[in-house]
Amino acid sequence: MNELVAAVPWLGKRNPTAARWLIIIIAIAAPFIAWQFGRSWVRILDFALLYMMLALGLNLVVGFAGLLDLGYIAFYAVGAYTFAFLASPHFDIHLPFWVILPLGAAFAALAGVMLGFPVLRLRGDYLAIVTLGFGEIVRIFMLNLNHPVNITNGPQGINMIDPISLFGWDLSRNIRIGEDFTINSLFLYYYFFLAAVVASIVFIQRLQISRIGRAWAAMRDDELAAKAIGINTRDMKLLAFALGATFGGVAGCLFGAFQGFVSPESFSLMESIAVLTMVVFGGMGNIAGAVVGAFVLALLPEVLRDVAVPLQQTLFGHVLLDPEVLRMLLLSLAMILMMLLRPAGMIPARARYCHDKHLSATLKREGAK
Amino acid sequence: MITLLEARNIGKRFGGLQALSDVSLTIRKGEVYGLIGPNGAGKTTFFNVLTGAYTPDGGEFVFNGSLLPTGKPHKVVGRGIARTFQNIRLFRDLTALENVMAGHHIRTKAGVWGVLTQNRFTREEERLTTERAYELLRYVGIERFADVVSKNLSYGDQRRLEIARALATEPQLLALDEPAAGMNATETGQLKQLIQQIRNDGITVMLIEHDVKLVMGLCDRVAVLDFGRKIAEDVPAVVQKDDAVIAAYLGGGKHAH
Repeated sequence: MNELVAAVPWLGKRNPTAARWLIIIIAIAAPFIAWQFGRSWVRILDFALLYMMLALGLNLVVGFAGLLDLGYIAFYAVGAYTFAFLASPHFDIHLPFWVILPLGAAFAALAGVMLGFPVLRLRGDYLAIVTLGFGEIVRIFMLNLNHPVNITNGPQGINMIDPISLFGWDLSRNIRIGEDFTINSLFLYYYFFLAAVVASIVFIQRLQISRIGRAWAAMRDDELAAKAIGINTRDMKLLAFALGATFGGVAGCLFGAFQGFVSPESFSLMESIAVLTMVVFGGMGNIAGAVVGAFVLALLPEVLRDVAVPLQQTLFGHVLLDPEVLRMLLLSLAMILMMLLRPAGMIPARARYCHDKHLSATLKREGAK
Repeated sequence: MITLLEARNIGKRFGGLQALSDVSLTIRKGEVYGLIGPNGAGKTTFFNVLTGAYTPDGGEFVFNGSLLPTGKPHKVVGRGIARTFQNIRLFRDLTALENVMAGHHIRTKAGVWGVLTQNRFTREEERLTTERAYELLRYVGIERFADVVSKNLSYGDQRRLEIARALATEPQLLALDEPAAGMNATETGQLKQLIQQIRNDGITVMLIEHDVKLVMGLCDRVAVLDFGRKIAEDVPAVVQKDDAVIAAYLGGGKHAH
């Protein structure tokens, strides 16, 4: 949170309290503002929050522990399919949300460890290649596991997934208050996802400022030296993969329930790269970077779609460039410019690995001596 | 005196190069033990084998009366042997304080659950780690740079920070690989004081060093390696006059003895 506050332009350094409230107000008011532009924009915000969770989880693996993972979306898939299996007519199982969520997280963590073991000795490019392969393997499994026994329903995917229901309260139904006032279900999902993102930030921040976070940072900066001060790099790598995957798995569960439909094409390599781009674009290795990167890059293509099509129609009379093509073009351009102008990302803050309050308390005590 | 570390017939081969052959030596508790020799004599290899970075081809280490695991650096550190590197290896993006705090890792216990829930044990442990790290920074004399990212520290301060980080693992034996390399006379003098302080505080020190003056002034005993073999081991004054040692340093090499 403090990193996010400090990242607010101008205000963040001058008046942190005001900046903090600004962030809170924006977070709460965002769907109402989006609603003014149409219902689909609230939906886009909901997805932006899911991307934030993914970016936060991936940032833990890539930014904190320094393990370049190009198959991160596989854990998202594991979470989403876990939810789909256990809460849909596909197997006719309908477990409650609070049972599936920890299961989805656990399966994703298990997948993380399964990926972690064979790549313990790899780093950099080699690690990236293997993780990329892992992501594809998971997707291809989902695509082809409809033969000889139908497990994943192949390319058709699984639909009619149960919506999220919190203790009997169905998030997919609009709430009616009085005669003409309704709270749309998209709002309910928004605030639920927002709570999930806030919880993720709190957990990840706690991990960062702990012996675990410092061990990851040590491993990232110099693996040999990390070993030489007694860090068990094998365990710490597996832990990073498992915990990073957990966040992906939870996001996947939420995605499956929110969308009501999962299919392998949601988990392509491009999605992995998109999430990694968010992390790099925002600023690798700090929480604020992941949040801002995810927010900007999840919204950008949608804004583009809304602007580019009418603009081209007025200019040329017809659509010259498909927004999807334009999206890749502009994303690449944004990345190239970013690497040239701000190689450390939009928010190049250095992550803290010790509590400021502990340091200042120590300094005070030392000063008194 | 009590023996702290005993190396028995340590051997290590890299392809056709016999980096260490049959090296045996004994380090007593509380002494400063120097390991010297010409470039390529196998000093750093000995450190790497001792601290578990390499697995030896033969031989064993007995530390504090029991066998030391080989090839498992974190277990060696756990047993109480810490090291520094010839070419400084700090965690460049961490501050000085965070570097030392990371060094405390093996003496702390908080797990994922404790960290996520921030229970009392974890909070207390974290507070103590911070305090202890700061004290160590003061011990080596760089506490004013506690909040400076380590890659921005001066060379001499980086060397000191590396020693502080090694001390954070609470070692009984501190292995320093050329700590005075690249230092000027003043800095070397300060380093000498620091090492004496560390020894007076009950930590045995093993030292690889090229600075002959420092070695002779600091070490209680010295072993000389040449072409992977130990050619002498004694108090500095005797070693200095040893014919084989003089030959190794001034030429003549392995044929001299």
